[in-house]
Amino acid sequence: MKLIDVLLFASGSLRGSRTRTLLMILAMSIGVASVVVLTGLGEGARRYVINQFSSLGTNLVIVFPGRTETAGIGPGMLLGQIPRELSLDDAQALLRSRAIKRLAPLTVGSTQISFGALNREVVVLGSTADLIDVRQMSLSQGRFLPAGDIRSSESVAVLGAKITRELFGQEPAIGARVRLGDRRFRVIGVMATQGESMGLNTDELVIVPVASAHMLFNTSGLLRILVEAKSRDTVELAKHDVEEIMFERHGGERDVTVITQDAVLATFDRILRALTLAVGGIASISLAVAGILIMNVMLIAVSQRVKEIGLLKALGAPAVQIRNLFFAEAILLSSIGSVAGLILGQAGVMVIAQIYPTLPVAAPWWAVLAALGTSLGTGILFSVWPARRAAQLDPVMALARS
Amino acid sequence: MIALSQVSRSFTVGDQQVAALRNIDLNIAAGDYVSIMGPSGSGKSTLLNLIGLLDRPSSGTYKLDGGNVTDLNDEQQAKVRSEKIGFVFQAFHLVPRLTAAMNIELPLILAGVAVAERKARVAQLLENYGLADRADHRPDQLSGGQRQRVAIARATSMHPTVLLADEPTGNLDQTTGKEVMNLLEQMVAQQVALIVVTHDPVIGGRATRQLHMVDGQITSENKSSGGT
Repeated sequence: MKLIDVLLFASGSLRGSRTRTLLMILAMSIGVASVVVLTGLGEGARRYVINQFSSLGTNLVIVFPGRTETAGIGPGMLLGQIPRELSLDDAQALLRSRAIKRLAPLTVGSTQISFGALNREVVVLGSTADLIDVRQMSLSQGRFLPAGDIRSSESVAVLGAKITRELFGQEPAIGARVRLGDRRFRVIGVMATQGESMGLNTDELVIVPVASAHMLFNTSGLLRILVEAKSRDTVELAKHDVEEIMFERHGGERDVTVITQDAVLATFDRILRALTLAVGGIASISLAVAGILIMNVMLIAVSQRVKEIGLLKALGAPAVQIRNLFFAEAILLSSIGSVAGLILGQAGVMVIAQIYPTLPVAAPWWAVLAALGTSLGTGILFSVWPARRAAQLDPVMALARS
Repeated sequence: MIALSQVSRSFTVGDQQVAALRNIDLNIAAGDYVSIMGPSGSGKSTLLNLIGLLDRPSSGTYKLDGGNVTDLNDEQQAKVRSEKIGFVFQAFHLVPRLTAAMNIELPLILAGVAVAERKARVAQLLENYGLADRADHRPDQLSGGQRQRVAIARATSMHPTVLLADEPTGNLDQTTGKEVMNLLEQMVAQQVALIVVTHDPVIGGRATRQLHMVDGQITSENKSSGGT
């Protein structure tokens, strides 16, 4: 029997029981579609986080005060000490490293901002002129913090886009004076709209010189120091230099944590990939269910077509041929189902992309291949038994059945 | 051509062995027209199934065209069935979703005959059996006589040497039954061995060799000049 005839015969018998065939294809396609959509979502989440982290800047090394010890509590903690804070001097000392291009110390606090009768709570970020380059932010109006002495506490502020809109409306903000806590600041710039990045919405930030922030909040420590290495190749060197300089300055104690952007990215990447795999795996349960459905339907088909099978045997079809006919049916069913599911899934992904434009949803190619492979595989696997049953039918009994 | 010697077939029913055929010796030559008659349960159909290689004897040997076919495996037997044996059933056994033409084509498809050859043979058979205008009708759109004619066309499409008919007129009225028998008998002239199992003495009486079976044994054989 020729392959084309096998396929024609199989599709003929599928067309013979239309409702059943359609239901099977539906079950299969829902399975494939759910794998496509769910892995698409997982992949979207992964890309979203990676984008977020990449938007922090490039070739970043981040310095935190304190050290996360795997060995548990450090000796200082038992004495009630908090980790030694990072100081502006520490930040300046880091510039000695030749691997470091520039850096931006960060300190954060929250206070009231008021202009005229309007006031609201804002997060105030204390930093330096280099922050705009390190974080790759952009201005829409005016200029950023003035370069120069890191310790000068000029009373100037750069406002986030949303804050500016809320306080000033259509009025010009540049040159206006706003009150932050108990100090008055002159607005020198407005940030361009950027949205959220790593939990900080730059649209709702107020950025002031780091020394001014220290005075405003009466502190001297830094939340972290963002260090930009000269190039991708010098990131590790910069990390090493930072550790050595801090070791030296902190009296031979390794009490800062230094992480590279790449390390964090890699970690997130791993976690979210695992997550995508997990949801994909859960979705593929529905594929297995579809496979069992196929088996069920094929078993019904075998028992409904006992006479036909007996006839085929009497007409000279060997057992192998009858098995192949049922195989062909299962393969046709599951491949049509897979393709339909793929289309359905891609449509679902497109709908989600329309609803959540910020989420870069797209099913990864490996998930699509896996879904197709699994559906074809289960389709064939679960038709082995029914096909064998058909092939092994005794033709005399089969023909005699009424 | 067909040579059965000491063929027995027994079935296990519950914990009992029931003999359906006992030590059958039978020779049938090409062009023989044989009818097998006997009461229900006498083993007529079992004998027919054995000759048609749908069933295997419990003991004894069956030679077809000189070759021992009892020892063949399932696949080899299927090949022999495809090439040498044609079946006509009481219940027609047409595939309901296929048209008359496609039903006739089925053995050719299963045997892997080339499309052009297939179409030509089917067209010829439809013509021969007066079904040309029924080619695209499905079985439920055909009369009983037409269905059996489709079945005969199908049985002869592979040019078999043995044609086995199990109660071919059982579901037909007398007139159409006679027509169907005439069609079957045409094959005898082409040196096909025709074996008909029937209850009906009128149908059975048309054969040149009339076998009577009782309890799994051939009890008598009448020969007549054939034809009625």
